Amino acid sequence: MDLVQLQRQLVDYRTSLYHEGFLDEQFTQLQELQDENNPDFVVEVVSLFFEDSERLLNELSNALEQQIIDFKRMDARVHQLKGSSSSIGAQRVRQLCIVFRNYCEAQNVEGCLKCLPQVKHEYSIVKTKLESMFQLEQQILNAGGSVPV
Amino acid sequence: MLYQSMDGGCSDDVTTEIGDEPHVLAVDDNLIDRKLVEKLLKNSSCKVTTAENGLRALEYLGLGSDQRNAMEGTVSKVNLIITDYCMPGMTGYELLKKIKESSVLREVPVVIMSSENVPTRISQCLQEGAQMFMLKPLKQSDVKQLKCYLMKCRG
Repeated sequence: MDLVQLQRQLVDYRTSLYHEGFLDEQFTQLQELQDENNPDFVVEVVSLFFEDSERLLNELSNALEQQIIDFKRMDARVHQLKGSSSSIGAQRVRQLCIVFRNYCEAQNVEGCLKCLPQVKHEYSIVKTKLESMFQLEQQILNAGGSVPV
Repeated sequence: MLYQSMDGGCSDDVTTEIGDEPHVLAVDDNLIDRKLVEKLLKNSSCKVTTAENGLRALEYLGLGSDQRNAMEGTVSKVNLIITDYCMPGMTGYELLKKIKESSVLREVPVVIMSSENVPTRISQCLQEGAQMFMLKPLKQSDVKQLKCYLMKCRG
């Protein structure tokens, strides 16, 4: 695939992520923060988001496996995940976190048990999509081109 | 979105002299948010120090529990403190109160950030002396307005 085709593919892919609600305007804000001084800023922040989210999701799984469920602690974790996903523009993850928090507040075990796998699922989808997008960007850079804004 | 206790209109072409960068202390327990706020501020030509909680922030400011009376006659290291509201241990509101209790630091403007739009929380913070309350996630336009306010403060 030539450079122009790659660039077009990237733009289309990125646009689809917004249209399908995986990403929101905050992701655009993130991209606008990147500059020559910090050319890897978006990748760095998103990588941090991946690490942080995986840790939080593990902790949430553990919390739900306990005999006595600590809803307050769980709520704190979901709040963190909601914050990070909001900050990078991972819209669907953020929206599910809002639902999850409501279940925590209501101390609704059933609700939490239903919601956690949904959050994990959405997280893994957006992670895959973002990684694909970064790979496309890298291909463009390797081909000597610049990543379209 | 900004809630301010002072009305600040400002044009975009405020110029800064080299070496005249405001120094901001940013406090947030969320690593991603810390990185973001740091970049936002640096992009607005601010020098940034980050802290992951209220205690660390107080220590940096010289208000740590083992630093009593060390502040006599000193000047604040920072021109602005921006802090998250929801933090484990010490909330942003509690940090705000501690700062306002200090004779050296009470004049430093404090901005509170939160992902939640709770009117009682906002008025509580403004009443305690917070300069502004900002909704997260922060945008470039929010920080530009902050920078504008800071430059006006310096005259």
